[in-house]
This record gives sequence, C-alpha cells and structure tokens, in this order.
Amino acid sequence: MKSFHKSPWLLHYDASSCNGCDIEVLACTMPRYDVERFGIINTGNPMHADIFCVTGGVNEQNAPVVKQIYDQIPEPKVVVAVGTCACTGGVFKECYNILGGVDKVIPVDIYVPGCAARPESIIDGVVKALALYQEKHDKMVKEGRGLPEGE
Amino acid sequence: MIDMAHVVALLICVPLVFAVLIAIIPDDKIRGIIVYIGGITVMAGALYAAYLWLFKLSKAANNTFIEFDLPFNKYFNYATLIGDVVLMVVIIFLSFKHKKHIICLLSLIQTAVVCWVEFKGPKVEECVSMRFDNLTMIMVLIIGIIGSLIGIYAVGYMRGYHVHHKEFKDRRSFFFAMIFVFYAAMFGLVTTQNIMWLEFFWETTSVCSFLLIGYTRTEEAITNCFRALWMNLLGGLGFAVVIIISAYKFDTFNLHDIINGNALTSKYGLICLAALAFAAVSKTALFPFSKWLLGAMVAPTPSSALLHSATMVKAGVYLLIRMSPVMGDTRVGTVISIIGGFTFFASSLLAISQSDGKKVLAYSTISNLGLMVACTGVGNSETMWAAIFLMVFHAVSKSMCFQSVGAIENSTGSRDIEDMQGLMCRLPKLALVLLIGMAGMYLAPFGMLISKWAALKSVVDSDVVFLVLFIAFGSASTMFYWTKWMTKIVGNSEEREKDVTQSNEYISMFVHALIAVCVVASLPIISKKLVLPYIVNATILKFGDITVNPNMYKQFYTELAPLNEGNLKVMVIMIAAVIIVPLFMYFISRGATSKNVVGYMNGINTGDNRHFVDSFGNEKELHVSNWYMEEFFGEKKIFVPAVLIGVILCVILIGVSLYGLGGVR
Amino acid sequence: MQKADIIKIVSILAFIVLAPVLGGLLEGIDRKISARMQRRVGPKITQPFYDVLKLFNKEYISVNKKQLFLLLSHIFFVVFAGGLFFGGYDMLMVFLSLSTASIFMILAASSTHTAYTGVGTVRELVQMMCCEPAELLVAVGFYLASAVGGIHYASLGLANDPSFMVKDLINVDKPAIMYMPGFFIAFVFILTIKFRKSPFDLSTSHHAHQEVVKGLTAEFSGGAYAITEIAEWYEEVMLLGVVALFFVTNNPISYIWAALAVIIVFFLEILIDNTSARVKWDLMFKASWGVILACAGTNLLVLEILPQVLRH
Repeated sequence: MKSFHKSPWLLHYDASSCNGCDIEVLACTMPRYDVERFGIINTGNPMHADIFCVTGGVNEQNAPVVKQIYDQIPEPKVVVAVGTCACTGGVFKECYNILGGVDKVIPVDIYVPGCAARPESIIDGVVKALALYQEKHDKMVKEGRGLPEGE
Repeated sequence: MIDMAHVVALLICVPLVFAVLIAIIPDDKIRGIIVYIGGITVMAGALYAAYLWLFKLSKAANNTFIEFDLPFNKYFNYATLIGDVVLMVVIIFLSFKHKKHIICLLSLIQTAVVCWVEFKGPKVEECVSMRFDNLTMIMVLIIGIIGSLIGIYAVGYMRGYHVHHKEFKDRRSFFFAMIFVFYAAMFGLVTTQNIMWLEFFWETTSVCSFLLIGYTRTEEAITNCFRALWMNLLGGLGFAVVIIISAYKFDTFNLHDIINGNALTSKYGLICLAALAFAAVSKTALFPFSKWLLGAMVAPTPSSALLHSATMVKAGVYLLIRMSPVMGDTRVGTVISIIGGFTFFASSLLAISQSDGKKVLAYSTISNLGLMVACTGVGNSETMWAAIFLMVFHAVSKSMCFQSVGAIENSTGSRDIEDMQGLMCRLPKLALVLLIGMAGMYLAPFGMLISKWAALKSVVDSDVVFLVLFIAFGSASTMFYWTKWMTKIVGNSEEREKDVTQSNEYISMFVHALIAVCVVASLPIISKKLVLPYIVNATILKFGDITVNPNMYKQFYTELAPLNEGNLKVMVIMIAAVIIVPLFMYFISRGATSKNVVGYMNGINTGDNRHFVDSFGNEKELHVSNWYMEEFFGEKKIFVPAVLIGVILCVILIGVSLYGLGGVR
Repeated sequence: MQKADIIKIVSILAFIVLAPVLGGLLEGIDRKISARMQRRVGPKITQPFYDVLKLFNKEYISVNKKQLFLLLSHIFFVVFAGGLFFGGYDMLMVFLSLSTASIFMILAASSTHTAYTGVGTVRELVQMMCCEPAELLVAVGFYLASAVGGIHYASLGLANDPSFMVKDLINVDKPAIMYMPGFFIAFVFILTIKFRKSPFDLSTSHHAHQEVVKGLTAEFSGGAYAITEIAEWYEEVMLLGVVALFFVTNNPISYIWAALAVIIVFFLEILIDNTSARVKWDLMFKASWGVILACAGTNLLVLEILPQVLRH
C-alpha cells in the first residue's frame, strides 16, 4: 500500500492573495518544473482533490468558502498553506477584514513560507505533504472508515 | 357463443349507444360511471374479439383471414351513406358559421362522389364487407385497450382541467360522447374492407378530431381545428379518387382486391395506391401536413393522447401497412418511404428546439410516424415487421407520456420542460410513469429501440439505402431530445409537491406501464405467432392469389425466421440487462456508506444544491437550463423548408402515379 | 461449432480482464507522449493505475445517492458492448448498447443538479448527437462492405452473405477499409470526440485540462470517479477494436496491419489533442455532422451503386 502517495491531485485556492504565490503555484505545474512526473495534477475540483493548496490570508467573506471546499475534499486530505500570508496573514494580518492565516478556518498540515513562495519550496512542501498523505491514509485504513465498496 | 360478425357489429354499435347516453346525461357523477362502464365494455369487447380470433377462428382459417358480413349488412350500408351526408352537413354548417367557406367544398366533392357512385354509378359486384386477420386483431386491441384506458383517464383529468381552466365552457358531455363515437369509427375502420365504408369511417375520425380540437372554442382552437379538418379532408379526396376508379375500372369495392390485384399490373391500380397513400400521409401528419397535429395540442390532453398520437394517426399507418407489400414493388413506395424518412429526420430536429412538453411529444409523434411510414414504403417483410412493432410500442408509450404530462400539468400548473426540474423528487409516481414512457420511446427495455434496430437493419437490405442516412441522423437527434428531458426529471429538487392526480388517472397509467412491460416480455411470442404469419400471408397475397399455398407459406416463413430467432436472442438478453442491471446495481450500491456533501459551486453553495450566495451576500436560486439550440433547430428555421420539401415530395408522388414513371420497380 | 464457442468465450473473458490493463497502459502512454510533446518528462506509464487505486482508497462522498447505481449500470453496459464486440456479435447491438451506457452516465451526472455538471451534461449530449450517426453508419458500412465482397467473390463461386456480425466481418478476403475509406475517416473523426481529446473535450477533459471543472464528472469523487475512468478504458479499447476491424481479414498477417493502424490512429489522436485548441459546441456539431455526411454519406451511396456497376 506504499503506492498511494504517487498520485496526489492538487486543488489550488486563492483566498486573498496578492497573486504572487498563485503565479508561483501555477509555475510549478508548468513544463519547466513539471510536477506531473510525480503524478501531481492540478485539478479544479475539490471532489477529485487530495492536496489543498491555499494562498493568501483568509478574509471574512471567503472563510465559509474555504471551509465548504475543505469539506468537499474526500479523506484522506492534506492542507498546504503556501506563502507567508497563508501561514500567518503576513503583512495583511492587521487588516480589518483579514482573519489571519488559513489555520484560523481549517486545520493546516504543511506551512510553506516565502513572499512569494519559491516553486522549489512549494514542491518541497507538496512532497512533504505526500508523506503525510500516506500516513493519514494508512491511519484511515487501520480505522477502516470511509472506504467504498469495490467496483 | 357469439360469432365474429356479431362481435364486430357490437364493437361498432355499442360505443355509439354509450355516446348517446353520455351526451344526454348532464350529471357529472353518473356520466363518469357510464364512461367507466363504456370503457370497460369496449375493452372487454376487444379482448373477446381477440380471444375469438386467436383460439377459435385463426386455426380454421389457416392463420390467414376470415371474411364476413355484418348482421343487417344492408342497413349498415345505408347508415354509412346517411352518415356521409350527415358529416357533410355538419362540416358545411360549421364552416359557414366560422366563415371558412372553402372547406365545405372539399367535403362536398367527397360526399358527392360517394353518392354519385352509389346511385348513378355502374353496378358493382357486392363485396363481403368485413375482414379479420392478425393485423386487425392487433389494431382492435390497441384501440380497445389503450383507447378505453385513455377514456377512463379522461374522467379524472377533465375534472381537474375545468378546475384549472375556469375560462372555458364545460362541455364534457360532448367531449366524452365524441371519444366514444371515435372508438366506433376506429373499430369500423380497421375491420372493414369495403372502400365505401372505409371512406365513411375515415371521414368520421377526421370530423371527431376536428370537433375535439375545437373543444375550448378559443380563437386558437378554432383556427387549429379547421386546419386539421381541411388537411384531413384534402387527404380524404384520395378516397374519392379510389372510389371512382374502382367503380368504373375494377368493378369491386374490396380494398384488398383493388390494391393486390391491380396496383402492379394496371396504371389505374397504381393511381389508387398513390391516392390511398396520399390520404394516409395526411392522416399521419407527415410533412407537409404536420401542422395540423401540432395545432391539435391545444385540445385537452386526453384527446391529444387518444386521437393525435396513440390511435387515430395509426389509422394512416394501418392503411399503409396493408398496402406495404405492394408498395415495396413500386416507385410509389419509394416516394412514400422518402416522405417518411424525411419527416422522421426533420421533426426530430424540430423537437430539440421545443420546451413545451406536449409539443415535444407532438413532434416525436410525427417523427415516429415518419419512421413507420418509411418502413411501410420500403415494403419488404422485415420493414413491415419493424413498422408493426413500432406502431404497437409507440401507441403504448406515447399514451403513457401524454397522460403523465397532462397529470403533471394539472398538479404543477405547467407543462414546460424547464418547470419539470427534479420531478423525481417532487412527484415521484408521475415522474416514474413519464420515465417509463420515455424509455419506451427510445431506450432499450421497451422495444422502440428494438424496432428502430430492425428498421435500420431492414432498410439496409432494400434499394433505398440512403434512407439509412435519415434514420442514422434522425435517431441521433431523437436520443438528444429525450435524454435532455430525462436529465431534467431525475435532477435534484425541493420537497414533494401536492399530487392532485386522481386515482382513475393512476389506474390508467399503471395499467399502461404493465402493458408496456408485458408486450416487451412477450415480444418473441407476438412476433412468432401474430406478426410473422401476417407478413407472410400479406407477402403472398400481393400477387392477388387468394388461396394460400402451404409450401409457399413455409418457404416465406423460413426466409423470415432468422429475424425472429437469432437476433431476438441478443435482444432478449439486452432487455433483461436494461431492466435487471440497474435494479441489481441499485441494491448492491445501497449498502455503500457515503458521506453526503453539497455539490461543488465554488464554495458558495448554500447547502441545498439549489441556491448560492451572490456577491452581495444574498441567496440566489440556481437554475440549470436545458439547451434548445433555437439558432440551429428553431421552428422558424426548419419548419417552412420542411413543409416545402414535403409539398414537392407529394407532387412527385402524384406525378409518379399519374405518369406511371417506371411504375413497377 | 464447439471450438467457435470456446473462442468466443475466451475472447470475451480476455476483453473483460485485459481491457482495463490495456486501456490504463494506453492512457499512460498517452500522457507520456503528450508530456514529451510539451518537452516535459511526464509521469510514469503506470501512472493511471496509481490514480485509480488511489481513488478507490479515498473516502466515498456523494452529492446524490442515486449516482452510484447509475454509474455501475454505465460501466456494465460499456463492458457489455465490448463483450458483444469481441464475442463476435451484431455491430448495431454493440453501438446501441454503447449509447445506452452513455445515457446512464448522463443521468448519473445530472442527478446532482449543479452548474458545472449541468453544462457538462448538455455538452455530453451534444457530443453524443455528433457521434451517434457515425457509429450507426459505420455498422451499416461494414454490412454493405461485406455484401460488396459477396458480389466480388460470386464470380469465384464463393457467395458471401452480408452480415452485421463481427465474427463474419473478420472473415472476409479483402479488408473492409478498401470499400469504406469514407466511413473510416468519419469514424476517426468522432474518435476524437469519444476519447475526449482537444479540440472536442467539451463535456469533460483529461490530464490537467479543466474544462468546466471536469463538467460531466465534476461531482464524482473517489470510487465513483474511478469507475468512470475504468469504463473509459474499456470503451477506448473497444473503439480501437473497431478501428482494427477495418483492416482485419481472414489472413493472420492482416492482424499486424490492424495493430499498426490502431497505433497510428492512436498517435494521431494524441497529436491532434496537443496541437489544437478547444472549440465551441456549435463548431463541433457542424464539423462532425458535415464530415459524417460528406465522407460516410458519399461512401454509403458509392457502396450502394457499386454492386450494380459490378453486376453489369
């Protein structure tokens, strides 16, 4: 059962980022860095996703959105906060509308700092997430919950 | 025991008696009960006739046909003549009342011809007036069972109708009386072989339909009902032509003798064939006559179901099936099959652009009739097989669709497809009936697909291969508009709605569903015992040879057998699969534990999958609309060209017959 | 007779067991070649299997419980169609059960009623409408081609009855492609739609493409999504089988040609996928019906006239 970390599908959500980190996240999925060689695919759909990459701090308006999308990702799932804003709120932390980092709304597993986060560090974070993903999966199997019946 | 002559006489007369009873009884309750009794009587009569034929007479008749005169045959003869005149008077009166003077001319010509031939024409040898065979039996069962079920349904429906539509005058006595007159006319139409009688019954169905379309007496209804009348009367002129020719040239009024003996050998026979086919084309509302059937949808739903899809239009198909073996050998048949194939294609495209449920059903009726007519025009034994089964399945499924759409309209106040979102949650029982009906129209379990498959297969063998193009493209668009509608129904929606459908409506619908399943289940038997023998006989009889040679019968039968055996096996597996697999899958998937989540709407789903939060923080409803593709398939784009092509094809039809172009193929 | 039955059963079983393996590998190869065309390294060839295994091991969440049984029916009919094809049954039946399968898929998707599946569903319907005529016509074309063969060999005293059965169609002396090049073009054209390749990946898409958030399959997660993937593999193998049927004759060497043709067609589809941009539905509709009518339609008429010409 070691193989399951070979196909992590990514969902990228821009909470209230300045778009710097978004560009870097997308750069990872482009041919230059080619994350598909690890089996990583950038999906647009929480129902298909395993890893939830959030950029930017969470504000009042999108907090429920982040929460709903998180709920729509089936277990096991890993949340990666990309960039300083996503980790802590960053320079926007004291803004009237910002709640803070992503972890104010949903549990975050991996923090990738940087302003903007470099592709290398994002890939590093995602690869770390893979190990965690496998761990969560094994735990889920042990508890025996949520597995669908076979075909 | 009563013999067949009496049964048929009763089948024609008893509905008339009930019609009179219903017309004179003003009380709603009692009238309802009489309609029930009448319906059940008609059904019982039809079943008894079928029983009599299947178990007593068919073996003695060597599985071919029996001929007989009705008791008091002479009086029946007078009655048809008087009836003709009465119909003419009714038409003239009404068309003068509504200032449509031209129409009475059509009726005048027809009646004048009949009277002239009867009184002044040459002395024609008396023919035996009735004929009963397997095809007649199938038709009698369709009319008796489907027809009377729709009558029973109508009792409940019309009550709801007048609650919803207070603006229309309540003329229900008249409505039900007309329905019963219609039963009588249809029974007469399918059992008689005398062309004079046939003309009378044919015209009666036209007039019944005209009166029922005009039921509401709105301006639209009146325009539409007169359109239906003139189109049908124009087709009826074909009968006038046939009557004159048969009296002066062939010395017989027997439909079968006129067609079988002469069409292949004499020029006049060919003209008769074309004239009858022309009448049938107008009755089945193929292009260019489609507009009358579309207009007929203004009438209350039961009359749409009964007259304009399940039974009356089948009169045309019935006549064409009768002529099919002969048509197969002539250019007339080729033109007819092109008209049919073209109609199938064009109206299935038109159905895509419609959002009114009844209109989609109307277009699909026209389209399917086109397919049947195309099959009859090709005229080999396999296409006849396909045409007969298409007719049976279409009658059952379409009547089911109409009934449930009518009931849905009474419950929700709309028959627009866009308003049927999530009907499966709102009105589960009605939605189920509608789904079964729709499945019957085009999916595997209920046979329409089987017949379409057979149609495609047999058309390939004929000389008119390009019909395959019509069928291939037409069936693609057919699939499109039905599935599109289905997706609306199975979708998600709010809670249950109040179902105001009355129990008699449900009885009718569920019996329909049951019949659909039974017909499918017994398909191989029906095919082997009823349809194949009929086709074999018809193929032999087209040579005008009345005595059936057993050897010839055997030879034809073995030639046809592959259609019945080898392929039916695969089909039965498929039918079983389509019914059983989803059920089976349903039960094994029921145990799967799943966490329910809301659907993906970019995270702004309010939690019920039907609303979302807009940018101002307000809740908004999500409406997922179907596509109607007006710019491709709109009525404005396609309808007029289609009618024009239809007119051209009809002109070609007449030309082919008059100048005997090639005549025999 | 006994032997024929055994061959039939073996090939059906082989299809059921091997098709997903082959289909998965094909998809892996597809992704690899696509990556190389974009100057990337790309995933391993076995990547699709990892994906599906992972999906099966995810928590099963659903928007609507009806979904699962409709999807299971969908995969059943896809396998059924493939089984009919490789078992040597009627071509028309094969395509009709394939369309029945897609209807179940469409119903499964539309049962959730959200915007993305809604758009995906209607687009899938349009795709179905684009493909259906070509499928039916190809079946008819094979039938007529076998009839022409019959006329051709009548001079040698070998009457060849036309047939819809695949088991008869592989037993011809000359490959069907000789008589039906037009049908072949039409079929390859709709394969682009069937394989959900750009420019026609409107209803749902592959790899990293995200047209309308995967449209049709937007609400399938975990095992449900895995089922649709596997059904797609089955379908892909079956459709490539139809491509092979154009080249197969009773000469064993023809199977090599058939395999070669399949490889070329498959590569062509990948090339088209990577070199074209997605089009709107109306262009897809016009293009596919146009191509079908022009190529398959003309071919049909030629096949109709040909026997009469040969007869004279």
